[in-house]
Amino acid sequence: MTGAPARTTVAQIISSMRAASRSPTDVTKAALARAREVDEEERLNVFLARADKSAMNAARDLDRDARARETAPLFGVPFAVKDNISVEGLQVSCGSRILDGYVAPYTATAVERLRDAGAVLVGKTNLDEFAMGSSTENSAFGPTKNPIRPSVVPGGSSGGSAAAVAAGVVPIALGSETGGSVRQPAAFCGVVGVKPTYGRVSRYGLVAFGSSLDQIGVFGITVSDAALALRCIAGRDELDATTADVPVPDYLGSHPEGSEGSAVSLKGLVIGRPKEYFPKELDPDIAKLCERALDRMRSLGAEVRDVSMPHTSLAIPVYYIVAPAEASSNLARFDGVRYGLRVPGDDAGLRGMYEATRSRGFGAEVTRRILLGTYVLSAGYYDAYYRKAMQVRSLIADDFRRIFSSGVHVLFTPTTPTTAFPFGARTEPYDMYLSDIFTCTANLAGVPAISLPIGRVGGLPAGGQFMAAHFDELRMFQAAFALEAALGPEAHA
Amino acid sequence: MTHADAPRTTHAHTGRTTHEYEMVVGLEVHVQLKTRTKAFCSCSANFGDPPNTNVCPTCLGLPGALPVLNERAVDLAIRAALALGCDVHETSIFARKNYFYPDLPKGYQISQYDKPLATGGHLEIGATEKGGAISVGITRVHIEEDAGKSLHDRFRGVTAIDLNRAGVPLIEIVSEPDMRSTEQAGAYLRTLKQILEYMDVSDVSMEEGSLRVDANVSARTRGDSKLGQKTEVKNLNSFSGVERALEVEFARQCALLDAGDTIDPQTMLWDAGTGEVRAARTKEASHDYRYFPEPDLPPLILDRARIDRERKDLPELPSARRARVRTEYQLADYDVTVLTSSPALADYFESVARQHGDAKAAANWVMGEVLAALKAAGQDIAHVAVRPRDLAELLNLVRDGTVSHTAAKQILAVMMRSGDPPAQIAQREGLLKVSDDDALRRWLDEVLAEHPTEAERFAAGEKKLQGVLIGAVMKKSRGSADPKRLGQLLAERFGT
Repeated sequence: MTGAPARTTVAQIISSMRAASRSPTDVTKAALARAREVDEEERLNVFLARADKSAMNAARDLDRDARARETAPLFGVPFAVKDNISVEGLQVSCGSRILDGYVAPYTATAVERLRDAGAVLVGKTNLDEFAMGSSTENSAFGPTKNPIRPSVVPGGSSGGSAAAVAAGVVPIALGSETGGSVRQPAAFCGVVGVKPTYGRVSRYGLVAFGSSLDQIGVFGITVSDAALALRCIAGRDELDATTADVPVPDYLGSHPEGSEGSAVSLKGLVIGRPKEYFPKELDPDIAKLCERALDRMRSLGAEVRDVSMPHTSLAIPVYYIVAPAEASSNLARFDGVRYGLRVPGDDAGLRGMYEATRSRGFGAEVTRRILLGTYVLSAGYYDAYYRKAMQVRSLIADDFRRIFSSGVHVLFTPTTPTTAFPFGARTEPYDMYLSDIFTCTANLAGVPAISLPIGRVGGLPAGGQFMAAHFDELRMFQAAFALEAALGPEAHA
Repeated sequence: MTHADAPRTTHAHTGRTTHEYEMVVGLEVHVQLKTRTKAFCSCSANFGDPPNTNVCPTCLGLPGALPVLNERAVDLAIRAALALGCDVHETSIFARKNYFYPDLPKGYQISQYDKPLATGGHLEIGATEKGGAISVGITRVHIEEDAGKSLHDRFRGVTAIDLNRAGVPLIEIVSEPDMRSTEQAGAYLRTLKQILEYMDVSDVSMEEGSLRVDANVSARTRGDSKLGQKTEVKNLNSFSGVERALEVEFARQCALLDAGDTIDPQTMLWDAGTGEVRAARTKEASHDYRYFPEPDLPPLILDRARIDRERKDLPELPSARRARVRTEYQLADYDVTVLTSSPALADYFESVARQHGDAKAAANWVMGEVLAALKAAGQDIAHVAVRPRDLAELLNLVRDGTVSHTAAKQILAVMMRSGDPPAQIAQREGLLKVSDDDALRRWLDEVLAEHPTEAERFAAGEKKLQGVLIGAVMKKSRGSADPKRLGQLLAERFGT
């Protein structure tokens, strides 16, 4: 197992502090030191901003907080946040020049909730500009390198958060997903990544890309890290009208912290294996790792059923109509008028300012998607593109509904068709878009999904994915706990 | 292209006869809803606060902020829609209307598009001088948010933006093209304004911008059933401006048609200063708003019970109130129209009438003294210092002879300023009716001494001078003398 930095899970950090051998200040200092190290010495370019001062202040407050020590589920646990999520007093760059100088005056609900749970924010992580990309190569501030092998991409768009966890800076991090942007980098970096049900986690404070697809997701070293973090941030938020008032179960209930490694029975669980997720383009070694994982789960008592989701192949085209359409509207506010970059135009007029600011401020991929999205919403094209895409989107969602009402509890698939690729390997936009072929379906359907390490191919991590019915994260986590335990160290070998 | 690009102005009163053409008008009215907070955030919706003080991440359009619907705005919108006879839909959808403008912080306006809150209403307009009563169809009523305000004249050389108004809830009321004259358009607006006032959903003030009007106007040969090409007239800032602008735009269209030209589907801007319309630049007019469903807000689902509750609690409509006031107080049509012109005035009148008992007297005082005093002071009935209870009390004092009619007017003037109760003022100012003969005789003596000629002529039998003499005493007594007793004393004195 090459290039695997030392990592400390949430459970390990908590127990080190329960034993009182370490304080939140000790833990935070170590995380901040490691954050500096990965960027200044290892040159991974993980963080766009570090929050040393506020982190140390928060840690010192926790040191004195005896009650939090007993009750806060993430007491003193350091975490990182993708730099498209607002934290008061810190920059929100979205990996873009257009937000130059913008500092958020308010904090996202998900961050607020992690802090309420005792966690300490150490910094803001790199991403593809406005979360548009699958490699972090679209960041205006340079790509992040994969901590497992710095010559390959960490995936994206939440590549910085995945790398922060993979490099052992933090055990948990927030990312965001519009079409696989947490799960794909999790798979590439050998960590766990969760995309919750649409409406499970508040988007308040997450800079919108495709609002009907966006969800804040979590990274963890282990499934229980991610489950614990999700449990803390999930639930109805009065500030986000699309959050659902559905109770948040204790995802760790059947799997107490620290029980990793012990065999869990999967008797009664029906796992669907959708054939469309195992196409001939799938890296055969990843396919093998998936079959191994399925075998393990069979031996734990699960029933594996071959199923078909016929509209899967339409997901990428649909995604690349719906997401850019919404993005073209969501990114209209970056106009140079109120905050961020303003470039005066040649003619000193308003229109010239808009054009100069937006041309200079947005990178090529963002510009491409704004143009695409503007086009598909235009008079005369709306019906042919956006309306039709929304209709197909509901067919894709129907595929999931049908499967989950037929007795299948979870689906198991590869997370990505390949492992992490070298920088500059995918210059054609469409080739890059195919990285999300197995992940964007869950965003379109709104169902929860998790990626976890299932082994390595040529030294690079491969991810396996579970998807479950809306708000059935509990079952998804139970399956993931079991597989993680069954694979043990093999997951990283 | 040059055709559309060339600014074209047309003066009013070109003198052209346009009788062969018929004007067709439809109106789009934006009304600010009277909510405490904005449509999608909890900022104050108050008008007139210092610029950019009622703002938050949501209405500033900061990255990551999200809208949450103000249910109070929905209630008011439902009420307005029901008052206009619309069908309020159990499901309506918010949509984004996309366009760039500096006072539109998100780059889109949250509105409703193909699934509006309500459709299919109508508004009855009474007869005008130029035509009989008509029913104007209401195409739709939908909820949307206001934009901020661009201040072009606040600072030299730059435009400033005030976002206090950004996100204030509006309804847009779109009429069918059912109006055929400027008078009907004016009557429609006045009727609509009155209904909205009665529903208490808006301040409906064009000056403060809580009611704004865009007009769609076209011309067609009288008798044609097909509509002509319409233009949209914007920048209308008063009801009279609407009527003038429609007249000018109609004349412009008629002149073009007479010359064999066609009408371009364009946006015209009214300039109240010059009385002209000019074509907006084509770019301003040719927006493709790229509407699509607002993903940040779930569909607005209204259960039947909520709509029914609003319907049940609907305030009395102006027409119903007019009918009731007419029968309940036995008043003439003119009085009814004046007294019910606004719900505040009607409330005031009814309160005075009920407490005093004599509706006719109450009507006369409210329509006469009270309205005149308000007009003189530049106030409106909603803020009048005289409580209905006190006005009723004043009328009681007149009725039972405690104060004279003349004194009552003076008392009312003091009441308007101070808000004190009338009996107290009468007492304090010595305006109680004086029937004490000694006092009356003293005043009478003084007056006779001051007017020897009149006294002589009266004594000589010129009876018509009684009024002059008694008037002089009334003046001297500042209205407190009892004129009836004075007459008797005068008669006694001269033995008539």
